[in-house]
Amino acid sequence: MTPEAAATPFVDFRDVALAYDEQSGFAVEDISLTIRPGEFVAIVGPSGCGKSTFMKLTTGLKPPTRGSVTVAGQPVTGPLKFVGMAFQAPTLLPWRTTLDNVLLPLEIVEPYRSTFKRDRAKFADRARALLRTVGLDGYGDKFPWELSGGMQQRASICRALVHQPKMLLLDEPFGALDAFTREELWCLLRDLWSEQRFTVILVTHDLREAVFLADTVYVMSARPGRILARREVDLPRPRDLEVTYSDAFSQIVFDLREKIGRVRKPVDLAAAKAAA
Amino acid sequence: MNRATLRRLEAWAPWIILLALLAVWQAICSIFKVSDFIFPSPYTIAQALVEYAGPIAGHAWQTFWTTMIGFTIGVAVGLSLGIAVGTSRFVYRGLYPLLVAFNAIPKVAFVPILVVWFGIGSVPAVLTAFLISFFPIVVNVATGLATLEPELEDVLRSLGATKSDILWKVGLPRSLPFFFASLKVSITLAFIGTVVSETVASNEGIGYLMMSAGSSMKMPLVFAGLAVIGVMAMAMYEFFALLERRMTGWAHRGGHAPA
Ligand SMILES: Nc1ncnc2c1ncn2[C@@H]1O[C@H](COP(=O)(O)OP(=O)(O)OP(=O)(O)O)[C@@H](O)[C@H]1O
Ligand SMILES: [Mg+2]
Repeated sequence: MTPEAAATPFVDFRDVALAYDEQSGFAVEDISLTIRPGEFVAIVGPSGCGKSTFMKLTTGLKPPTRGSVTVAGQPVTGPLKFVGMAFQAPTLLPWRTTLDNVLLPLEIVEPYRSTFKRDRAKFADRARALLRTVGLDGYGDKFPWELSGGMQQRASICRALVHQPKMLLLDEPFGALDAFTREELWCLLRDLWSEQRFTVILVTHDLREAVFLADTVYVMSARPGRILARREVDLPRPRDLEVTYSDAFSQIVFDLREKIGRVRKPVDLAAAKAAA
Repeated sequence: MNRATLRRLEAWAPWIILLALLAVWQAICSIFKVSDFIFPSPYTIAQALVEYAGPIAGHAWQTFWTTMIGFTIGVAVGLSLGIAVGTSRFVYRGLYPLLVAFNAIPKVAFVPILVVWFGIGSVPAVLTAFLISFFPIVVNVATGLATLEPELEDVLRSLGATKSDILWKVGLPRSLPFFFASLKVSITLAFIGTVVSETVASNEGIGYLMMSAGSSMKMPLVFAGLAVIGVMAMAMYEFFALLERRMTGWAHRGGHAPA
């Protein structure tokens, strides 16, 4: 990557505001930020502050009411065509096997789409390899309802990554999982990211998750959502789970916790406990 | 009684109940000596079924294929309207209230109009079967399409999926269980439509048979006609129930069971 390419932002928000409808006022306001190519960004904030709205603006699913959004040098006018997304609910299709679920983006995104029929076997191998890296080896032919919640979530992340997107948007992807599975998937995401270096925007309620994974953490205020604080996480990479027990880590989590605390008192009991 | 016997008993339950009902019915008719002209006993109905087996079969066949044609048109129209209503807000807003109003009209009211247009015969019966059977399909298919999870739609749209991609890859497969569930309801409605129309506007079919048997005081034959309709409708219902289980088994595990 040339220095200029690294300098030009991949995502560029300029004074963006969005109102879903006229009566209710802005859901997010005054959002200005830039994200470098390959940067891992986490967004935290109280419930209803507009984190999911921020995601919709980034992908062009919602046009901004004010301001402008630029992604990869292009102003965003409609839905982008190259983004991988995963949500808290795995949203796998129950009538498709896990493998066919993971293949779904290849049936839609160009250039894979036009050769999908011909190259299906090749793509299926790629999907199986991906499933193997997330520990779902041999589960490709099972249906989603035959998998546990955590396994479904892994498959959902595979689906978000199978077309090798330049940008991955994750909206509380680990929110419904138990603590062990969650930490396991953190490491999984960390490894996938350090291997492929796509740009990640991760929305989360879990400050430890944000600090462990991200390069930069943004804190949003309660509705109307604004960016309250930006915090670079300078912990050295590669990060192991042990780092979450270090003082430097705890200090960052604590700082962020305080910033959110000023926004609103009871934000997230899990994160509060973790920070304490 | 252990669990296996209970389960076996459950499989036989409909037949046991049916036999019990017939026995009670027969007992009442025999003990109180009810006239066959008023309320024939199961035995005399069975006799009529055997005696008139030939004509009954002919009329039943007429009713059956009339119903199937009307039902097929109903499926085609219901599916198309359901897709239109379920995918387009404009069509939903514009057409849905009209469809609801239309559905509230008793379809019997259309038969005289259809007779004026098409004369006595199969055409009014086919059309009545169609008119009465398409609505549940519209509602179910539209519901299946409209209740697509917004998050899933976001995933697909940010991959660059077009509206028709979303319809083919997700919307339609997802609404299949709703569609098959509605077929079961619609096929029984279609039988109602055909028979209603036949009783007033046909010279063939079970509806006509019952009408003419009634006017010549052959009550056992009227009841035989009722039994035949019941059996046909139930057989078709079971057929579509089986088809539903075969086609959309995933829906009964994946938590997407239709309403
Ligand atoms: N489709 C919509 N129409 C109208 N208002 C909406 C819509 N989606 C979200 N909002 C409003 O916008 C605000 C921000 O919602 P958003 O979903 O972005 O919050 P969030 O930060 O993702 O919350 P959570 O952490 O609970 O997921 C909320 O006040 C919500 O009521
Ligand atoms: Mg949200």
